[in-house]
Amino acid sequence: MTALARGIGSRLGQAIGLLLAVVVVVFFLIQLAPGDAALYLAGDQGVGDAEFLAQVRADYGLDQPLLVQLGTYVGNVAQLNLGESIYFNEPVLGLIVERLFATVLLAGTSLLFAVGLGVAIGVYTARRPESPMSSAATVTSLVGFSTPVFYSAIMVIVLFAAKWSLLPVGGMEDVRYDGNWVGETIDLLQHLILPALSLGIIYLAIYSRLARASMLEVLESDYIRTARAKGAHERVVVYKHALRNAIIPVVTTVGLQVGALFSGALLVEFVFGWPGIGRLAVNSILRRDSPMLLGIMIFGSAMTIVANLLTDLAYRLIDPRIRVGGSR
Amino acid sequence: MTDLGIAVNSVETGSRGAVRMFLRNKAAVFGLVIFTLISLITVFGPGLYGTSARKMVAPPFLGPGDDLGPLLGTDYLGRDILAGVITGGRTTLLVAVVAALMTMTFGLVIGSLAGYFGGWIDALLMRFTEIFQVMPSLLFALVVIFLLGPGTRNETLAIGLTMWPAAARLTRAEFLRWREMEFVKAARAIGCSDLRIMFRTILPNAMPPLLTWTTLIVVTAILFHAGLAFLGLVDINSVSWGSMMGKNRGYALTAWWTVAFPGAAIMITGLSIALIGDGLQDAFNPKLRGR
Repeated sequence: MTALARGIGSRLGQAIGLLLAVVVVVFFLIQLAPGDAALYLAGDQGVGDAEFLAQVRADYGLDQPLLVQLGTYVGNVAQLNLGESIYFNEPVLGLIVERLFATVLLAGTSLLFAVGLGVAIGVYTARRPESPMSSAATVTSLVGFSTPVFYSAIMVIVLFAAKWSLLPVGGMEDVRYDGNWVGETIDLLQHLILPALSLGIIYLAIYSRLARASMLEVLESDYIRTARAKGAHERVVVYKHALRNAIIPVVTTVGLQVGALFSGALLVEFVFGWPGIGRLAVNSILRRDSPMLLGIMIFGSAMTIVANLLTDLAYRLIDPRIRVGGSR
Repeated sequence: MTDLGIAVNSVETGSRGAVRMFLRNKAAVFGLVIFTLISLITVFGPGLYGTSARKMVAPPFLGPGDDLGPLLGTDYLGRDILAGVITGGRTTLLVAVVAALMTMTFGLVIGSLAGYFGGWIDALLMRFTEIFQVMPSLLFALVVIFLLGPGTRNETLAIGLTMWPAAARLTRAEFLRWREMEFVKAARAIGCSDLRIMFRTILPNAMPPLLTWTTLIVVTAILFHAGLAFLGLVDINSVSWGSMMGKNRGYALTAWWTVAFPGAAIMITGLSIALIGDGLQDAFNPKLRGR
């Protein structure tokens, strides 16, 4: 058990080091940007004389050496201070956390839908590799891979709203249900269906293909033949012996795809007006709100790092052969 | 160097066999034909079609097949959708192909050094790669464009910067796999330089999965650029499938054709390349066929 604790400890240390490196990269990205930050800040206030510029430089520490500025920046982030939004005049982190629930709800629902249904389709088609259903799944997954997520989102809107007007296509809640939590929950779920579906369809394509390939490979292995030879029931062989191993690449991909999922969610949030972090990022660009945008970038990276950490732990639960902290 | 020739030669026959395998794969050939057509249309189409994608030629929101208007209808400003679809591939395909080349070059250099030399070089390079891997890709690209400004060069840079880590990891895995092989040891024993072993002995063997990977990278880059254009964050003067969709988005409910056709163009282009990639994978690795 101590070995496990040490393994987790070293993974945590690596994760913190990684986040630190991201913050340093973001800092240097800001330095790379053309233009003078002091001029920009002064322009916001409509003043431009040399004295005021010097004042701005002193206020924001822009007259300090680069390394000192870097130290201050990293120190601030370490104290969970991501700066203040120029547009809202509020701390960046608070604004992100306010919208975290919406993004996690959207991305989580889509992922659950994609992985759940994807594994089911993968197992089904892997057991019947020559069936028409199987080749249909292969083609569909290629189509899903090459479809922009904002295309599926718009087409879903056109179908479900313009043609059949079944479900709401914008925002996250309706003011009608204020105060009534049953009504609010149903309303929220109704608003969730279409965005989650448009994002989920794309990932469904990826996971069904992956699960199928992985299942096909596992079903050919010796231990499955052994299990069959000793007379184990086919259902036990497939769902107990094979699936447990076949699911490992799926878990790996879920962990690796968190960043990509966030990117997909950003586009879907934009199309559906979903009040999440992604829409905030796009709006921050249009508002030239750089502390906000960079704060979201650091926050998104931190989420990815945490997701990767959780994936490592999930391995441990699924496959006792893999030691956390050791080389894979 | 005849003893080295054996390994390389077997790759030669292997690749000739692969071409035959590829041509026997109907879906892959279909993808290749469609992609060739799209490339030809993208290069010559705008000149042949004549109508500018930027000009207002008819009343706005004419439906496809409407007697008065162009074949695929008009957008909210009365611009010809078909002209846009024909012209719209230029920037996207150019950016995607250059970004994919950038990704593969950068990934190949980092990955091959890490995989071949191992040890602290590997550890250092992989830590470096990880930094770029944990930053959500679209967000990172947004930040790069936000800081450097839009324009074809910066868009390509932004996309290339976000995609190389995966290419580096794949190259590294391939080099790790091949560097312990007998013929690589033989090359080392007769005193070949590291560079020669890396690029003449190992690389030809590592090429098939990397080639397949490149097609996936191109598709991803196309979707990426389309996404940036859709959000309105690329050069506003360029006409692309993504920007057409972004600008007409608000009218999608009443004029579906203004977004449906440009979107279909992105999808079909991506699909044709994905089919080629699938065919390549089957051809290089027949054991994996149908997976």
